[in-house]
Amino acid sequence: MTSGKFGLVVLGMGMVTYIPRWLPLFFLSRRSLPQWLVEWLDLIPAAILGALLLPELITSGQPRHIDWMRPECIAAIPTFITAILTRSLGWTVITGMVIYGMVKKWMF
Amino acid sequence: MVNPSSSILNDGLIKAIQQGLWAAWPICIGYIPIGLALGLLAQKAGLSPLEIGLMSVFVFAGSSQFIAVSMISAGSAPLAIIMTTFVVNLRHLLMSSSLSLYCRNAGKTMLAFFAYGITDESFAVNQLRFKEGKWTISQALTVNQASNLVWILSTIAGGYVGRFIPPHAFGVDYALIAMFICLLIFQIKGPIYATTAVIGGCSAVVLSLIIPGNLYVVIASVLAATIGLRIRVRARNKLKLKIERLKLKARS
Repeated sequence: MTSGKFGLVVLGMGMVTYIPRWLPLFFLSRRSLPQWLVEWLDLIPAAILGALLLPELITSGQPRHIDWMRPECIAAIPTFITAILTRSLGWTVITGMVIYGMVKKWMF
Repeated sequence: MVNPSSSILNDGLIKAIQQGLWAAWPICIGYIPIGLALGLLAQKAGLSPLEIGLMSVFVFAGSSQFIAVSMISAGSAPLAIIMTTFVVNLRHLLMSSSLSLYCRNAGKTMLAFFAYGITDESFAVNQLRFKEGKWTISQALTVNQASNLVWILSTIAGGYVGRFIPPHAFGVDYALIAMFICLLIFQIKGPIYATTAVIGGCSAVVLSLIIPGNLYVVIASVLAATIGLRIRVRARNKLKLKIERLKLKARS
């Protein structure tokens, strides 16, 4: 890829990434939203986090398939418990990393 | 010389930046190994560290950058790469909409800067704190910019030193997953949130098996929030009906 073409790709990528990030923030923050939309948006974070996490934990490969025995999935159990018990982001991240490191080293 | 009111403002700003940095550390730890890996991959695809750094500045979206690098090394057409990036990053529409609830007093320029740094990770961290009422756009912008800076530097560094670093050292590649797990637990403030998250997770798994790419995140999230809202509204209507009946009974 020539550097001119590369510059074009980067600019294009930047534009199509920035617009979805900016558009709702700019327009929705300036008007009053109907109650149902506020309640819908209130559920979006839980929905997104679930949708980002679960495939990461129990699927792998290309094309994807279900895989319960992933180190990501095994390490998730103690990580979830730590998050519920400590309610601390720091402890959860550290516990998750240590356990994942151990699972990877000894089980796979 | 120093105007007392401006020094108070500065103290507030410094405090906001400190709080933002403190909130950003799990993101930063998580970004380093991913950024290094991307830099290394980009170098193998024939991009210079400067070029990958430029891409990180202009795009700042991890998964689409990985896809772009592999498409570049496969010789894909620019338009195909740009269209793919667009689809992969459509999920930011939802995050930006959700964050708009908390940015009612922010100026246009501030919003333009803040929008640039919306990622899965910064969204999860900022939205939670906004909702708890602990956050203003200054803290949120600090979170975004700190993670942005770490991301840019790690992708550049990956081009120089990526091949000397063992890829899975210390379990760092689990930092972001662990962070998402904890932030998900924080989100669960009642049964309806748990139900929504489970619906989102399960439908995402099913959809990810069927549709190639990562559009499944957007579809599953919209589906889950919509079903969640229906359940919530229905439960509320039932409760209202019950209360009316009780009132009638009490009257008669």
